[in-house]
Amino acid sequence: MTSPLTAPMRVSFDYTRSVGPVLSKFLTGLRDQRLIGGRLADGRVAVPPPEYDPQTHLALTEFVEVGQTGTVVTWSWVSEPVPGQPLDRPFAYALVLFDGSDTPMLHALDVPSADAVRTGMRVRVRWAEERSGVITDIACLEPADADADVAAQAPATGDGEAVTGIITPVDLHYTYAASSEESTFFRGLAEGRLIGQRCPTCHKVYVPPRGACPVDGVATIEDVELPHTGTVTTFCIVNVPFLGQRIDPPYVSAYVLLDGADIAIQHLILDIPADEVRMGMRVEAVWRPREEWGTTIENINGFRPTGEPDADFASFAQHL
Amino acid sequence: MGKELAAVIGVGQTHHRAKREDVSMAGLCREAIDRALADAQLTFDDIDAVVVGKAPDLFEGVMMPELYLAEALGAVGKPLLRVHTAGSVGGSTAIVASSLVSAGVHRRVLTVAFEKQSESNAMWALSVPVPFVMPVHAGAGGYFAPHVRSYIRRSGAPTHIGAMVAAKDRQNALKNPYAHLQNPDTTVESVLASQMLWDPIRYDETCPSSDGACALVITDADTARSAAAPAWIHATAMRSEPTTAAERDQVNPLAGRANAAALWKQAGITSPIDEIDAAEIYVPFSWFEPMWLENLGFAEEGSGWKLTEAGETRIDGRIPVNCSGGVLSSNPIGASGMLRFAEAALQVRGMAGEHQVDGARRALGHAYGGGSQFFATWVVGATPPS
Repeated sequence: MTSPLTAPMRVSFDYTRSVGPVLSKFLTGLRDQRLIGGRLADGRVAVPPPEYDPQTHLALTEFVEVGQTGTVVTWSWVSEPVPGQPLDRPFAYALVLFDGSDTPMLHALDVPSADAVRTGMRVRVRWAEERSGVITDIACLEPADADADVAAQAPATGDGEAVTGIITPVDLHYTYAASSEESTFFRGLAEGRLIGQRCPTCHKVYVPPRGACPVDGVATIEDVELPHTGTVTTFCIVNVPFLGQRIDPPYVSAYVLLDGADIAIQHLILDIPADEVRMGMRVEAVWRPREEWGTTIENINGFRPTGEPDADFASFAQHL
Repeated sequence: MGKELAAVIGVGQTHHRAKREDVSMAGLCREAIDRALADAQLTFDDIDAVVVGKAPDLFEGVMMPELYLAEALGAVGKPLLRVHTAGSVGGSTAIVASSLVSAGVHRRVLTVAFEKQSESNAMWALSVPVPFVMPVHAGAGGYFAPHVRSYIRRSGAPTHIGAMVAAKDRQNALKNPYAHLQNPDTTVESVLASQMLWDPIRYDETCPSSDGACALVITDADTARSAAAPAWIHATAMRSEPTTAAERDQVNPLAGRANAAALWKQAGITSPIDEIDAAEIYVPFSWFEPMWLENLGFAEEGSGWKLTEAGETRIDGRIPVNCSGGVLSSNPIGASGMLRFAEAALQVRGMAGEHQVDGARRALGHAYGGGSQFFATWVVGATPPS
């Protein structure tokens, strides 16, 4: 039992969203410095408009511009803002009922301290200088001072094309942890060794070892050092490029059954033209120079033919 | 199955396309739902509960669709459930909905499954590199291609069988106005001439990337008896297994065989090829037609390809498979399983239009997901189960 290896992991992608005809009205309004709500079947005005009426289930068709000043319904204080939040200094998240709307909307309220917020206070929109039809076109909300001249705000515009889609980036950073059993395997790789483990119940040798044998549910425990040779059970030739690909195609992605193991590992086949790779081909690991080793299977560049005769189909048929 | 009978009385689907930039996810679902409700001659007010399924979250970057879809799905004030089982989700979502009826919990359940592949990149989502592990993963095609090679070796099938499946399904799609791919020129020869993407899988042997949705209205017997053409649910089954295990059979998975055995037993079927009139089988890569024909028990192990080669899986064959064009012609992943279940229902209702199998009385809907580890199936019939 060893402590789990960890590594930083990042998953990021710019998803797109087609917003549909109802939210298009709202987002186009934001770009043009207008707050557009929708009228529900019961006569209330909702900002932002829901795509479908919660009572009649029909798509909203009547749109209403509401005021850019409103009243705080409730709020909470954010004392330690995190990256990605609307403001980089302490602020309040407030639910605000804009004048003419019947449903409160959430946004950030820019005030110096929690003492400066209260339920019932009047606030107004502060528009971002550059707007594209996203919720951050409202930079934040700010107190609406009695002496402020609301009319002095920049006039709304409205001559652009309707907003039909937005980009919603997702960027996740987290720590990946291998299981203790897998970590045994990865630490072995750092020493140039291939360490599997045997399930105490079914006696199958798993490489990498498992925290739970998929058949018996118990951890593999008995270390089994495996040779660096094996048999290609099956494979495919990847010719297709794709976003995020780490290896340039074409490459041969193969299941290699190490001698003495009961489950194959996936790796590359090297030093042979792709169209000459065969099921049953005998292969050996090709290690990188020792000074490049870490706790990773990438210490092995891939597997190359040993030149031995191919293994009999029957010897690996149960591994397909 | 519980003791209450259940039936499909409404089916709706979108015209599946590469990009539906004119609608949101909610709007896409509503197109399918509104068609299903109209088909059932019901309204949202008649619905007791809603069950929704979609593809794995990274595929679309939507973690909890049920939160924002509640109004669009007409679920305000009603139970709303979400189901996850990777690519088989459309099938298992329909089974959860039918179970709510057959268990006597609800009388009328609306179920919907969807995906907008255009808003993401499934290939990327399936290939995110994991620390310490060799980054050889290359999407679903990269995952399944080695197992297709294993099937070809184990069965001794001629290498053109996959192309025969692809050409058949693309020709079938021409008879289905909802199908995404409408390529009249696809032939066995053109499929064989297409680019090898994940050898042994060619470009034309893979499913497209689609935006689409599917919805079903499933009701109790009382409601179904007053409906125009109910598809009675005779049996449902789901089975699962680990993604990887020592000596796991990835060509003819144990969970799939167990699933089929449970399904046929429940439906009172002893010879599937003789007793099923139409099958909608989840075939995202062409070779999975013969593989699943064997896994489902339509053919002995190693001989599924003989049915394909003999033309027995064509619309006029002994066991018509994917008369709708199947996943090879439309693949909104989250909805693809439900589409198989829906098309089976359309066949026994006699409502499959140009791709109707004459006189279909009992049909199979099938879905699988993950690394061939989740299986969901149902048998529907033109008359109630005896």
